[in-house]
Amino acid sequence: MTELLTQGAVWGVLLTGGAFALGTVLQKKTGQVWCNPLLLATLFILLFLRLCEIPYPEYKASAGPVSYLLLPATVSLAVPLYEQWEALRKNAAAILSGIAAGVVVSLAAILALAWVFHLDRASAVSLLPKSVTTAIGVDVSGELGGIPALTTAVIILTGIFGNLSAQAVCKLFRITDAVAKGVGIGSASHAIGTSRALEMGPVEGAMSGLSIAVAGILTALLCPLAVNLLP
Amino acid sequence: MKYIFQFLRILAFCFLGEILHALLPLPIPASIYGLALLLVALKAGVVKLEQVKEVSAFLIAIFPLLFIPGAVGIMDLGEVLARLWLPAVLAISLVTVLVTATAGRVTQAVIRWKEARHD
Repeated sequence: MTELLTQGAVWGVLLTGGAFALGTVLQKKTGQVWCNPLLLATLFILLFLRLCEIPYPEYKASAGPVSYLLLPATVSLAVPLYEQWEALRKNAAAILSGIAAGVVVSLAAILALAWVFHLDRASAVSLLPKSVTTAIGVDVSGELGGIPALTTAVIILTGIFGNLSAQAVCKLFRITDAVAKGVGIGSASHAIGTSRALEMGPVEGAMSGLSIAVAGILTALLCPLAVNLLP
Repeated sequence: MKYIFQFLRILAFCFLGEILHALLPLPIPASIYGLALLLVALKAGVVKLEQVKEVSAFLIAIFPLLFIPGAVGIMDLGEVLARLWLPAVLAISLVTVLVTATAGRVTQAVIRWKEARHD
């Protein structure tokens, strides 16, 4: 049965899409924020692969076409940015200050964790770029001696956490401005957070998309300096 | 046909991004170069909004789906995560809240400060 499945070409994409559809239906039915389709789909697939004893690399290869679309999807974020150009131009100084503050706090907080928990260098480096898009974070981690697979996992979990908590955090810290919400969400939880920001509104979504790019580049530039401060 | 052309146009910018990534010695991935180039092309009028609109909206709408294969990779990290669970959980939860709040509050403060100065 398992062999029949893995010999075919489409099962990985079908499984991914099916699990995501199931997650979406469950979220609609329950209306719970934590019933996030990405989170649920990941859990369903983990369970499925364990039950059928299929190793991860086989699934990864078969689901390749899904991951392939990440590049054109990220490039597509230029479109909402273009549509919100006025809001961007008008608030450029505020947006850049916000993103820079977010990046510095992120790196400083991970350095603090590294000191408190006496993390070894590879683990600490893997956590440093956890708030940025996988495309940048994984490269940075690999280049500086981290574990790219660990960085991928932490980045995605950060995104899911950011996606789930965005609304509550904005409320708790009284962030009411649409531009500020988008910058906060995109700087902390990249594309996965951005999909929540897009649901909040077009300005939130566009600013969140912009923050992915700017926070990612700033992190890539500052990470080599932060590594020197590791214990 | 319209959608095929839109998709090809977006792919062309991905390809340009990959070329820049290969040529320039900066720590910037192909996706960010591609995003910046497409934005410039839209602003310059080289690419019209209608020429990428539907397909880009579709790709952005399915964004969360695209992360699933990567997220499932967590199944091979059992040992590392067992050793690191507490700092990892703090990094994922506490630090994410801290960064969202800082970036959001600083942006909001500067916007309000500029508005107050203008009034």
